[in-house]
Amino acid sequence: MNLAKLQEKLLAAARLDRPSDAVPYAFEQRIMARLSRVAQESADLWTVWSRLLWRAAAPCLGLTVVLVGLAALSGALQGTPLTLGEGLETTVYAVLTEPAD
Amino acid sequence: MRANCGLVERNDEELVAAVCRGDTASFEALVRKYQPRIFATARRYARRESEVEDIVQEVFIKAYQKLDTFRGDAPFEHWLMRLAVRTCYDFLRVHQRNREHAFSELSEPEQDWLERFVQDPDRAPEDAEAARALVKRLLDMLSPKARLVITLLEIEERPVKEIAALTGWSVSLVKVRAFRARAEMRKCLKKLQREQYL
Repeated sequence: MNLAKLQEKLLAAARLDRPSDAVPYAFEQRIMARLSRVAQESADLWTVWSRLLWRAAAPCLGLTVVLVGLAALSGALQGTPLTLGEGLETTVYAVLTEPAD
Repeated sequence: MRANCGLVERNDEELVAAVCRGDTASFEALVRKYQPRIFATARRYARRESEVEDIVQEVFIKAYQKLDTFRGDAPFEHWLMRLAVRTCYDFLRVHQRNREHAFSELSEPEQDWLERFVQDPDRAPEDAEAARALVKRLLDMLSPKARLVITLLEIEERPVKEIAALTGWSVSLVKVRAFRARAEMRKCLKKLQREQYL
């Protein structure tokens, strides 16, 4: 069998077979309906996301207040340096001062 | 072209600009104008009509979502065709069915056509339904890259430069892939020869 000739024949057959450009009835309306649904879905996603964020904000704030309160009660905040300079100094010299303790 | 209201004629660039400004209805005019071309393109790669419709729908939804990336350097039609070809290529990659489809399941008219070809290649008509069925079978067996390049280069007879623009591949890559695609096609035909005549 001459494969090169067969390939050539089959490609020629494919060239002759032009696909139809027929469009189903009211297809553009289907596209437009799908587009409005897609736009609505993406808008809905943002709404859901923002609602979740707002809902999460209150518990986060509450948790922060509780943790600060607990820390204050347990004395964890006692001895905290008053200024940033003091804090930095304490941290930098912490390694040097530890053996002496 | 006629806009959807039927009173004012607007060209593609004006319609695109209107859609980008939020006038979604203007997009319908673009869909109506280009859907026959997109349908014809999709029918080259998908057999079932439901798949063709899915491809066309995806092309237009992608076009709508990416419309702000259309800079207007080239005609809107070229931009849309690039999107269509890439969507068809993605479709081929996802639906790689039938690639192992053997030629042993040929229908009777297909076998008759091949018999006629073996006896006298010039007597096998190219416009026969059996030849069309055989070439569809052969294209189904190719890898997505090979099928895409064979369709654009050999069947639609587009120039290499245009294929490069449509696919986003470089000109040299198109040439390399065309060479490999022809070899892949020849390999499939050898398989046919082995299955039918050995």
